[in-house]
Amino acid sequence: MLPSPFQFERPSTIADAVRAVGNSGDGMFYAGGTELLLALKMRVIRADRLIDIKGIPGLDCIVVNGVNEIEIGARCTHRKISGDPVIREHVPALASLCAEVANTRVRNVGTIGGNLCFGEPHADPPTMLAALNARLVLEGPRGTREIHADDFIRSEMETVRDPDELLRVIVFPRPAGPVTYRRFKHGERPSVNVAMAWSLNADGSMIRSARVRVGALGSRPQPLLAVEDALRNVAVAEARQAIETALSAALDQLEVNADRHGGADYKRHLAGVLLLRSADEAVTAGGSWLK
Amino acid sequence: MTQVLAISFSLNGKTIAVDVPAHMLLIDLIRDRLGLKGTKRSCDMEVCGACTVLLDGEPISSCTTLAVDVDRRDVTTIEGVTPPEGLSPIQQAFVLHGGLQCGFCTPGFIMAVTALLKTTPHPTEAEIRHYLDGNLCRCTGYTKIFEAVKSLAGWQDAA
Repeated sequence: MLPSPFQFERPSTIADAVRAVGNSGDGMFYAGGTELLLALKMRVIRADRLIDIKGIPGLDCIVVNGVNEIEIGARCTHRKISGDPVIREHVPALASLCAEVANTRVRNVGTIGGNLCFGEPHADPPTMLAALNARLVLEGPRGTREIHADDFIRSEMETVRDPDELLRVIVFPRPAGPVTYRRFKHGERPSVNVAMAWSLNADGSMIRSARVRVGALGSRPQPLLAVEDALRNVAVAEARQAIETALSAALDQLEVNADRHGGADYKRHLAGVLLLRSADEAVTAGGSWLK
Repeated sequence: MTQVLAISFSLNGKTIAVDVPAHMLLIDLIRDRLGLKGTKRSCDMEVCGACTVLLDGEPISSCTTLAVDVDRRDVTTIEGVTPPEGLSPIQQAFVLHGGLQCGFCTPGFIMAVTALLKTTPHPTEAEIRHYLDGNLCRCTGYTKIFEAVKSLAGWQDAA
């Protein structure tokens, strides 16, 4: 299959890229192309202009910033994130996630920003970034705005990003406790995934707060609020029990589609299994994140 | 009107300059324009690995890469790792261990294994499986492919 013809531009600044893409929807930003080119080839979307952002410097940096947050440039490939020393030290679960996205060829060119902007419900990173309480920084013709990862994906294949807003960087607080990610899959995309991030007290014995997100079940990652409530101010050793108490009611609150990945009840059950296994992992890891 | 861009890149060690439409895919440039038919199109959606080529030494899916994106870069295809006479050690190992039957997926596997052994000369079974997870073979059942790759551990050491 061949995409329909398009014009190709290679701006070297964010401002030029934003101007070049325009807001009519017929221009699109392009980086790895692992999602976009597939859709263009299948002719499920159409672009008159592709604006290649790979020549814009600074979009593929990973740093800990001055206020103890981790910044990941949107153009970072999954491969880069999986091997990055900052990510491996502070968020090893994200490094592992990126080492398992799709296959080695996709990881070599596919970017985390492209993954997020595509809004594919069966994707790995959005669930994890929502659990990490990430903010997505968009640069557009009217300046900069930040969107919480929870609010970024509106529905299947649809985000709140305007066509002429470029996702520049993803920012999240350096984790203050164990972070886990688990998924179940048949093919390359997750059928169900669960990400959890705990903030522990100073000696690592108590959970101050927890963020739990379940992805791929509905149109976007969803919080398990009852589980988060049950984990607040609970001893790490009692976390599994606390989750079990709240789990059934919390799972019933989820929006779950039946699709080719499985029926709704089956996938809801899988989410619970993945969460309890994650809890065991987090309890084991509990104190070890304290250095 | 179709936009045409001039690109220049290294293909199997030889510099090539061509004009390509902006929307041309790398696999079509390699197979149809440049006549190298070893790279295979199969799933056409980055899942099967039959179209694998190396871009600056790393495996990519040529079916879902724009030709303009290899400008000033280094592309290696199966023809680039095959000696003028006989077979490369990796190809020979696939033959010795029965790591192929119909052979359609084999160029993609050879390219992926080439990249794997370059960075990981002594891969574990788990590393081999993880790296080749995205290359599909419908003949061998994979066991013989894994045996072929395991037999190659450290073959570059003596070289």
